[in-house]
Amino acid sequence: MAVTAQELFESFEKAWGEKISQKVEFRGETSYTIGADNLRDIARFCRDQLRFDYLLDITSIDNLGEDPRFEIVYHLYSMPHAAHLRLKLKVPEETETVDTVCDIWPTANWHEREVYDMMGIKFRGHPDLRRILMWEGYPYFPLRKDFPLEGLPSEMPDVAFTKVSPLEGGPFVTVPGTGGSKDREPRARPPEL
Amino acid sequence: MTERRATAYDSKIEGNVIFSRFDAVLNWVRKNSLWPMPMGLACCAIELMAAAASRFDIARFGAEVMRFSPRQCDVMIVAGTVTYKMALAVKRIYEQMPEPKWVIAMGACASTGGMYRSYAVLQGIDQLIPVDVYISGCPPRPEALLAGLMKLQEKISRERSFAKENPKREAKLEPALA
Repeated sequence: MAVTAQELFESFEKAWGEKISQKVEFRGETSYTIGADNLRDIARFCRDQLRFDYLLDITSIDNLGEDPRFEIVYHLYSMPHAAHLRLKLKVPEETETVDTVCDIWPTANWHEREVYDMMGIKFRGHPDLRRILMWEGYPYFPLRKDFPLEGLPSEMPDVAFTKVSPLEGGPFVTVPGTGGSKDREPRARPPEL
Repeated sequence: MTERRATAYDSKIEGNVIFSRFDAVLNWVRKNSLWPMPMGLACCAIELMAAAASRFDIARFGAEVMRFSPRQCDVMIVAGTVTYKMALAVKRIYEQMPEPKWVIAMGACASTGGMYRSYAVLQGIDQLIPVDVYISGCPPRPEALLAGLMKLQEKISRERSFAKENPKREAKLEPALA
């Protein structure tokens, strides 16, 4: 019995209307910004009532300079209804932990480890919260905006080490849009901030 | 008609004997049976496998024996991106290889870090282990890997394991033995 995506969103809004701080609809995609206190209840509601049984991705955004510095984004998909949903959570910098959704969708295990590794946001109740891409003991969180692209030196004897890689005048970026391939060739264009 | 001298031998009785320099024989033996240690870390490993398959056939050079145990290998082919997380493991494997050993850095990532100038990629495996041959390409074609292997073979044929003992004699030897 396939329900349309619109009906799913309507039942979502009917159940959680006050707790949604923002709704964005763009080119057929719907995103709701929710608060961290309701995360587990909303997640369980989405999985059980609305049949969003597939957690596609958990990712995190660092908006350095804005007040809730981090955002965690959950991409949900409903296989019986073939509908996508995006849930965004704003996390201020002082909040160090967020609830985990590992027991609701088991795939969240590794996604939350990656968010912890790259951004430093911890997850309360996670069964195995340790770094997944870098090694344990690595002192930085690499995908934060205040971490440089070329890296910072670090040393862990017998485990790993890092050095600063030579950028030679800035990251090699391209200029998108029209123009021949000579204009679009990636060159060392230092970022104008 | 064979002369009967104490030092002569008759090839019909004793078989064929070749006289050569020890270094030449040693180098010939070593270079034609280079057993690779395939340190296949990323996409270059696919081209390494292609070089070992039938169309490009690394077995022509005696190097089809890709033993994954470093104790049995001569040359480590570092094929792929060396991340900092993997770097010390590569070094440990290199240290477990017995002498004589050589290293081929295959591809851009193993030579210089490639397109990954970032916090997580070691900018070239030659920052940790001594490299003999660098092969450029992303990934290099299997023929390029075979050309690099042949260059390593030429390098091995120039080695002197025994001739160095007599410096006067070394000056008289030709550049490449065998």
